[in-house]
Order: sequence, then C-alpha cells, then structure tokens
Amino acid sequence: MLQSVINGILLGGLYAVIGIGMSMIFGIMRLTNLAHGDLMILVSYLAAVTISLFGLPPLLTLVLVIPLMFFVGFVIQSSLLNRVLGKGMEPPLLVTFGLSIILQNALLIVFTPDAKTLTNPLATKYFALGGNLTVPVIYLLDFLMGLAVIIALSQFFQRTYLGRAIRAASDDEGAAQLMGISTKRIYSYAMGIAMVTAAVAGVLVGMTFTFYPYTGTQYLIIAFGVVVIGGLGNMIGTLVAGMILGLAQLLGAYFFGAGFQLLFGYVVLLVVLAVRPQGIFAR
Amino acid sequence: MIILRIENLNVFYGDFQAIRNVSLEIPQGSVVSLIGANGAGKSTLLKAVSGLQKPAAGKITYSGADITGLSPDKIVAAGISMVPEGGRVFPRLTVLENLLVGSYTPKARKKRNTLLEKVYELFPRLAERSRQLANSLSGGERQMLAIGRALMSDPRLILFDEISLGLAPRVIKDIYQRIKEINRTGTTIVLVEQDVKRSLKASEKSYVLLEGKVVLAGRSKELSEEEVRKAYFGL
Repeated sequence: MLQSVINGILLGGLYAVIGIGMSMIFGIMRLTNLAHGDLMILVSYLAAVTISLFGLPPLLTLVLVIPLMFFVGFVIQSSLLNRVLGKGMEPPLLVTFGLSIILQNALLIVFTPDAKTLTNPLATKYFALGGNLTVPVIYLLDFLMGLAVIIALSQFFQRTYLGRAIRAASDDEGAAQLMGISTKRIYSYAMGIAMVTAAVAGVLVGMTFTFYPYTGTQYLIIAFGVVVIGGLGNMIGTLVAGMILGLAQLLGAYFFGAGFQLLFGYVVLLVVLAVRPQGIFAR
Repeated sequence: MIILRIENLNVFYGDFQAIRNVSLEIPQGSVVSLIGANGAGKSTLLKAVSGLQKPAAGKITYSGADITGLSPDKIVAAGISMVPEGGRVFPRLTVLENLLVGSYTPKARKKRNTLLEKVYELFPRLAERSRQLANSLSGGERQMLAIGRALMSDPRLILFDEISLGLAPRVIKDIYQRIKEINRTGTTIVLVEQDVKRSLKASEKSYVLLEGKVVLAGRSKELSEEEVRKAYFGL
C-alpha cells in the first residue's frame, strides 16, 4: 500500500500540471476550455514527431514545443475565443468543444489510432527505498516538473507586470481597462501561458503513459477534477488537488483492482462537489 | 487653455439615448463638476471620455488631439485617468499591487517609484497597509486606494465618478481635501457629484445635466444653489 501512496503523490504532480492551465483560464476569464486535454495530446504527438525528426531526447523537445504552444494558445485566444467572450456561457464552450473534435479527428487522420509513447530510458528506472518500496524515476520527474511549473507560475503572477495585470483583469475587467490594460491582449497572453503548461504536461504524459488521438478527453476529466478539488486559481490548492486525485486513483486500484482506478478518482470528485463545491482550498 | 473639449456628443445604450448633444469645455488646471440626478448621464459622459463606452456621434478632443472612440488603454496612455464609481479596487490584489497595476502603461512604469512615493505621501495610510489585500480595507481606504491607483498612471486629467457615495461625512471631507492637493500640483479634475453644495464649493466651473442634456453651465461662484437645484430637478 505504501507503494501506492508514493506513486499516487508523485503522480499528483503530473495531474497538477494537467489541471493548472485549465484552472488558470477558468479563473481568469470564466472560460471552460474543453480542448485543453486534446491540445495536451497534440503536444505529445508533436514531441513524438520532433523526436523522430531530430533524434532529441523527449525532455529536450520542450525547447521546441513550449514556444510553439505559447504561439498556438495566443492565436486561438485572439482569433477565436476573444470574439465570443462576454456573449454568455455557451458560445465559448461550443468553440472549444468544436476545437476538441477537430483536434481529435485531425490527430486520428495524421497519426492513425495506434498507441504511441515517447520512449525514454527513465521510464523503466527505479530507486530502491528498502523493503519492497521503489520510486519510479519517471514519476519522480513528473512530480518535480509539476512542482517547478507551479512555482514558476505563482512567481510569474506575483512578480511581473503581466502577471499582476492578468490577476487584475480577472478581478474586475472594466477597472483593469481603466488602468490602461488591454484585457483582450492580456487574455491572449494568458492562454499562451496556459498552453505552455499544457506543453509540459503533454511531454510528461507522453513519457509516462501511452497515448492515442482520443486520450485528450481522459485528461480533460483529470483536469476538471483538479480544478474542482483545488478551487480556482489557487496554485497550492492545484498541487494538493493533483495529489489527492492521484492518491485516490492508486489507492482505489490497490484495494479494489486496476479497473477501479478511474472510478475512485470520480468518487473523490463527487464527494468534494457535494461537501465543498467551491473547492477545498478556495478562499 | 482647454485640456478637454466635448462637442455635440451623443451616446446610446441600445435604443436608449443617455447623452444628447452635450458640449463642454474643461480648462487646464481647473476643477470642474458635473452635477445631476441619478440617470442624468454623468457617468455615461465619463465612460465616453475614458473609452469604456463608444459615442454614436460627436467629438472628444484632449490636448488638441481627437480621442473620440479610442480604446481605454490608449486614453490612459494619453494622460486621462478615471476613478470609477465605488472605487473598484482589485480585491484580491494587495494595496501595493493595486498601485503597481495603476502604472501599467510603459510611460508610467518608468516613473513608478517616484509616483509611488507621491501617492504614499498623499495617503500615508496606504503605505501602512501596502501588504494587505484590498478587500480588507475600509470604504474610505478603498476610495483612497482607487485615487492613488489612478495617480499611478501619471495623469494630467482625472475623472472622479461619485467619489463620496456611501462614505461618512468626515471621510468625504478628507478626500475632498486630498483632491484639492492633487489639483494644486497642476492636475485637472472633473468631479461627478450628486451633492450640489459640495460640488459648487469644490469646483471653479459647473455643468448641470438633466436627461442627457446640459441644462445649466457657469462659474461655480456665480451659480446659486437654488438655481442649480432647480436645473437638477428640471423645474
């Protein structure tokens, strides 16, 4: 069981990165990005292509996919989503839903439905902890990267003009405009940054698990879980929520068999929704 | 010299016309008040100047340049700042962060340390509370923060919308004192008020609005309270 606890906590770091981009976007502009998971899986595929073209180790593909995804996010926001913001809940939701369908099918056409993974030597390495306990190196990497992303993001929001402007716009859009902040442009930057977190998540997911063109939906649900449990726009909350979700899944699998892994994630989600719908760490 | 000139301005909300052919002139360095009842169009007028509401027709000239229909960020960069009704500080940002967001424009960013010093000098209370979240402030402190935040963009013209709404008389007096000090440094002030007496006392020039039109205008000293009150109610 201790092994499941270790794995669950470490996996939580990865779940936090998967959820943070979505949490950010929902917190800032009340936009639910249903394509978040698919954009992440798009990154997994892009990383796979980069590896086969240049023979890079998987982690180094980040150098390429991070700027690329920032650009993708910026363009999606400024050319599509900014047009439908402020027109009620449904239009932005439909745009991201459409984006999700297009991405899934485009991936299917280009890459076939075969399972893929970003092969790397870390995936099979372990640290022995004594007893029968081990720490899978890839999970440790997931956790550390997750921690790094969360810390970097919270520093960005605390210390930079752009970060403070994004927070100001999420508090009061009209007042932010009166400060000389062009809120539409700010939203485009925010989506770019959310896509940077999706880029990190996509590469890590590709290195840790196998993926298919449709896997995005599965991670969208994890992202939802993290957002709901952690509460919006709370960095520490997101990290802890990732861990809670990871623990729930792996302990569920330990006690009831692998088939129950996902179910237990959802049970925790439902309990939080019933007991504390604003999220455990919401202020 | 006229710093802000509005000519034949018309503003609509859908089918409803909130501003009808309004023309006015704000002399540089002056304090001008716009007086009127709820729904007279005072706030809409300020919104049109600050770029939050696009006018349907008419012209707004600032320092000789046409700024009609420009986006709010360009208008702030040009040197016009607004303290919106209720202050609207950013509740989940600290006092200091609120002030820093006020100096968002590139020009103001370069001078932010000097500007911050000036704001703290004017409102020492804000310096004491710089690390606190804005939503922990009292109503009067929030209004001070909103004014400080507006000053952080290094404006030459500040628009105050219903500055005294919901504040205790002692706090209002204090805030008007600070506005006078801001004006003394050469900043032009436009005050939107419902309180006729206070408006006339604080300003050099007054405009009375009724149902979107200017119904009375003149030097504040020469207008009687009686006269203004009649115009205010359309009697």
